[in-house]
Amino acid sequence: MKVSIIINDYQKEFEVDPGEYLLDTLRNHHYTSVKRGCDNSTCGACTVLLDGKPVPSCSLLTVKANGHNITTVEGIQEEASSLSKHFGHEGADQCGYCNPSLALTVHAMRRELINPSDEDIKQYLVGNLCRCTGYEAQHRATKSYLEEIK
Amino acid sequence: MKVVNQGLPSIDGRGLMMGKKAYTDDLADADSLIVKVLRSPHPYAKIVKIDTSKADALYGVELILTHKDFDRRPFTRAGQGYPEPSPHDKFVLDEYVRYIGDEVCAVAAISEKIASKAISLIEVSYDVLEPVLDFEQAIDNDVVIHPEPEIHEMFPIGFEPKRNIAAAYSMEVGNVESELAECDVVIDETFYTQAQQHMMMEPHTVNARIDYQSRLVIYSSTQTPVHVRRIISQALDYPLSKIRVIKPRVGGGFGGKQALHGELLVSKVTLLTGKPSKMVYTRKEVFESSYSRHPMKIDIKLGAMKDGTLRAIDCKILSDTGAYGEHALTVFMVAGSKVLPLYNKVKAVKFYGDVVYTNHTPAGAFRGYGAIQGNYALESAVDILCEQLQIDPIVFRQKNMILEGETSPIFEIMGEGTEGTAMIMESCKLDYCVKRGLELIDWTNKYPSKLMNGSIKKGVGMAIAMQGSGIPYIDMAAATIKLNDDGFYNLLIGATDIGQGSDTILAQIAAEELGTTLDQMIVYSSDSDLTPFDTGAYASSTTYVSGNAVMNAAREMKKMLIEEAERALKCKVTFDGVTFTGEDGKEITLKNLSNRLYYNEDQKQLTATSSYVGHKSPPPFMAGFVEIDVDMETGEFEIQDYVSVVDCGTTINPKLALGQVEGGIMQGIGMAVYEDVKISDKGKMISNSLLNYRIPTRVEVKKLTTEFADSYEDSGPFGAKSVGEIGIDTPPAAIANAIYNATGVRINSLPITPEKILKGIKERKDAKR
Amino acid sequence: MIDLNVKEYVKATSLEEAYELLMCDPLNQIIGGGAWMKMSTNKEINTLIDLGDLDLQYITSDKEAFHIGAYATLHDIEVFEELSEYYDGILTKAIKEIMGMGIRNLATIGGSVMGKYAFSDLFGVLLALDATLVFYQQKEMSIRAFLETKKVKEDILLEVMIPKKNARGFFKKVKRTALDFAIINICVLKGDDVEIVVGARPSIAKRAVKTSAFLKGKKITDEVLEEAMKILEEELSFSDNIRGSKEYRLDLVKVYVKRGIKEVVSS
Repeated sequence: MKVSIIINDYQKEFEVDPGEYLLDTLRNHHYTSVKRGCDNSTCGACTVLLDGKPVPSCSLLTVKANGHNITTVEGIQEEASSLSKHFGHEGADQCGYCNPSLALTVHAMRRELINPSDEDIKQYLVGNLCRCTGYEAQHRATKSYLEEIK
Repeated sequence: MKVVNQGLPSIDGRGLMMGKKAYTDDLADADSLIVKVLRSPHPYAKIVKIDTSKADALYGVELILTHKDFDRRPFTRAGQGYPEPSPHDKFVLDEYVRYIGDEVCAVAAISEKIASKAISLIEVSYDVLEPVLDFEQAIDNDVVIHPEPEIHEMFPIGFEPKRNIAAAYSMEVGNVESELAECDVVIDETFYTQAQQHMMMEPHTVNARIDYQSRLVIYSSTQTPVHVRRIISQALDYPLSKIRVIKPRVGGGFGGKQALHGELLVSKVTLLTGKPSKMVYTRKEVFESSYSRHPMKIDIKLGAMKDGTLRAIDCKILSDTGAYGEHALTVFMVAGSKVLPLYNKVKAVKFYGDVVYTNHTPAGAFRGYGAIQGNYALESAVDILCEQLQIDPIVFRQKNMILEGETSPIFEIMGEGTEGTAMIMESCKLDYCVKRGLELIDWTNKYPSKLMNGSIKKGVGMAIAMQGSGIPYIDMAAATIKLNDDGFYNLLIGATDIGQGSDTILAQIAAEELGTTLDQMIVYSSDSDLTPFDTGAYASSTTYVSGNAVMNAAREMKKMLIEEAERALKCKVTFDGVTFTGEDGKEITLKNLSNRLYYNEDQKQLTATSSYVGHKSPPPFMAGFVEIDVDMETGEFEIQDYVSVVDCGTTINPKLALGQVEGGIMQGIGMAVYEDVKISDKGKMISNSLLNYRIPTRVEVKKLTTEFADSYEDSGPFGAKSVGEIGIDTPPAAIANAIYNATGVRINSLPITPEKILKGIKERKDAKR
Repeated sequence: MIDLNVKEYVKATSLEEAYELLMCDPLNQIIGGGAWMKMSTNKEINTLIDLGDLDLQYITSDKEAFHIGAYATLHDIEVFEELSEYYDGILTKAIKEIMGMGIRNLATIGGSVMGKYAFSDLFGVLLALDATLVFYQQKEMSIRAFLETKKVKEDILLEVMIPKKNARGFFKKVKRTALDFAIINICVLKGDDVEIVVGARPSIAKRAVKTSAFLKGKKITDEVLEEAMKILEEELSFSDNIRGSKEYRLDLVKVYVKRGIKEVVSS
């Protein structure tokens, strides 16, 4: 069936199977920044913003996104570049696979939380797993990014 | 130093965060055939019949491959140096399936939906056989997992498949039995370590196409592109010159991609159809059908004198390599060779055992590579011994552990699959690492335990560890530096960046040597056509082996540049990286010289290539300390701080080195307390999704405190040793020791869980009554 | 990844239309956020019925109760401030421990309740609070009745009602890592009486009615608690699963129920 989704401010039309997940639709239409990680809604690598809120696209049926706004990291390039500066500074940049989804979640977090504590930040991002860094450097980088954009 | 030892941001961090097309599946051809595999539902069975007729008839199914489509040519999937220390015990598709998840047949179709439908329409009848599911029952079992006559070892590794033995080894220095007989205290303990999953964020994936030169071009998420190319050529009997393997950006490997996954099936599909094809493992396939860590049973005997001198070590290991023996021997040997030398002053040491086949998911390479298992056993045993000796475990270690300038006979005897290489510890700051770690964790105020409020007890524990820097006389790396106009360089390296930042640190080494900045050193890596040889990302070889190759190539380039500048200025020159200054005051900039060489005079393309093979494998060292709060009523615990002090020589990039250590520690903590590969008594993996297999998240560990020792390894590039694996080794023993100190419960099997702790606490209470 | 086989998807324009569609084919089902569909064993669906346009994503509060529309996401509920002021915020706390932000932005309370998932942490709290479910056809049904009825008549859940009572609350989810399912979860409430609910046993949450009855009117001493735990052990069944053994679950329950009771009776 036909769906119409606003992706990064542009209206896009797709012909999809009703049981198709948004992750597959996006990756099949060149949005390769959205990553496949676990097929189970747990790892966070497939996160996109649905009307500004982070959701796992591997568990969101494309038909449900009809008429809604979807943001991928292609839609927040400046913010991602800025966050990456802080990641680079803290050595939090390793394989990068979890990074675009993390950038989107951080972007949503700074709009939702005001002056988050260390614990608030960690809990907000807890659904974004990382296997490379041990999280410590990512946390420092996220904090310094939030400090900069205050 | 201006570039080396600077915490510069990685060259690809920004692009990857911004979502650029960079990973294997991002680069698949849009019209790729989708390859899906039908996997065995039985742990051990012979395929009697595969009826593909219904699937064949389905619209969109291009090809179905069964074992009948392949010549019987055994090989190994292990990405190791050739000839491999691995048994050649694998066929691309076989008539036997040896674990639940093993490959039965493959379908290539025009869409995922059609491929999945086709899989469901294939009818397979099996002769279901009795499996071997307990590795302690494998040797000489009536059931033989590998009866095939064609399989063989490449050189003696103790391969006895009729007894279900994939590899075996034994060595002894001195006479352990007689030494133990003379010791004042002898302890005899058994430890069990579990299988662990890499859980790298990017599942295994590969895609292939025939290019306009009629060559097979493969993008694979791999740690060993050159080994992949060789194995495809051998297994499919296809000319090596017609295969190109490129490793794009990889979303983590940790050893799980140091062996082939879908490359052979995808290659065969593309070769037979002429069309591009791809395979993306589902996470379930990564769990069930790729590789995991070797579970081990470790029997350890330590003998010491009353004065705290450790005299003898007897270490016997039984390792479970699962259905195939890719890394069977080498992981087993590292469990001894990169652990036992820690106590180098013993009079006798014996290391021996077997690696057995079972009908489990194959085990393979995984960071630590045997050292983490061996370390858990040895460092737990040392604390147990100290308690019996009534000697402080720190004092004991300081008395017996290896120090700078010393050696161990084990280095010469044990290599990785073959003989080793004797070496003196030119750089070893283990004593500093221990001292500094004690300060950082405030050991004297917390050891052994403190009662906190309510039912909470705080305990501290520690462990020391070592690893290696590549495999001497076997691992070779090479680098090519090419000068461009405008005075910037291309650095072409085989070295395999799988997220650890090797592209960046190798560029730093080259830039430092040539006196230039990182942005003038453009890296291209891991393309079997365009980059020189490198064994790949394993054995902690990249910084040390590939780093030395890069440094040498840079020196070579510098020599060439000076020669050209001297020709241009007609006098002797000095070079600061930007300008060549003649003795008589004349100058030419690198920018101008390079343009001149390209377009104007003495035109030539300057290219410098250099190779390096290590003559030693200088170990990085580490002391790990953990502080844990335990709830004595429930066994639940919280890791408050994990302190690490690491000696890896010079840190080429201190920030990226920190990332390697901390990432390793978190994986080590995962193995120690959270992660467990659970298999049912029918051989089915129950923990085959992230819902049941738990890796640490952001909140479990409250704090990581990591420092590097001031150390310098002469034989390493700018004094560096490798750092990729050392971080993972200490957590299991450090945590086991801390839990014991807090609760009096000694746990000899991983993972250490609250349930096991509470059981131990209750048993102690009952025993006291 | 191919997971579901769905023939049709319909965004209902009215509740009547939705109900008719639901009743006309046993393979038709309502989709909330769809977050839990991957965990369902039911992969063959004829028509997926979405009620997203029917204004069910509300959370309101009046003097008597909180009214949570079936399409309110777990995150919507988590940030509804007034809810955290009641019962020591245990409903908010229980929701905050469910996986991560992403799932909680997708999962609806309707989908979470109707799935009757044994691993759910919500049921413990909802049972303790004596929540009421509001259905399209069957009108109001207590969650207690809902969970005790094996096969509830096919219906559309419209709302979950949480009564506003003056009571102390305690909630504990015992798990290994942050994203994990519970080894056990415990909810203790003290209004007029003590209410104890244990979930993830691993079976679905159940009220310890006899234990509550025993504690009624008694002064809470260590001896009384010991006796209460004996009754609880008899009353509720526990078993082994991948997360823990029966014995360990029992050990945890005894410790945390005692801690919970002590906490809610103290003022």
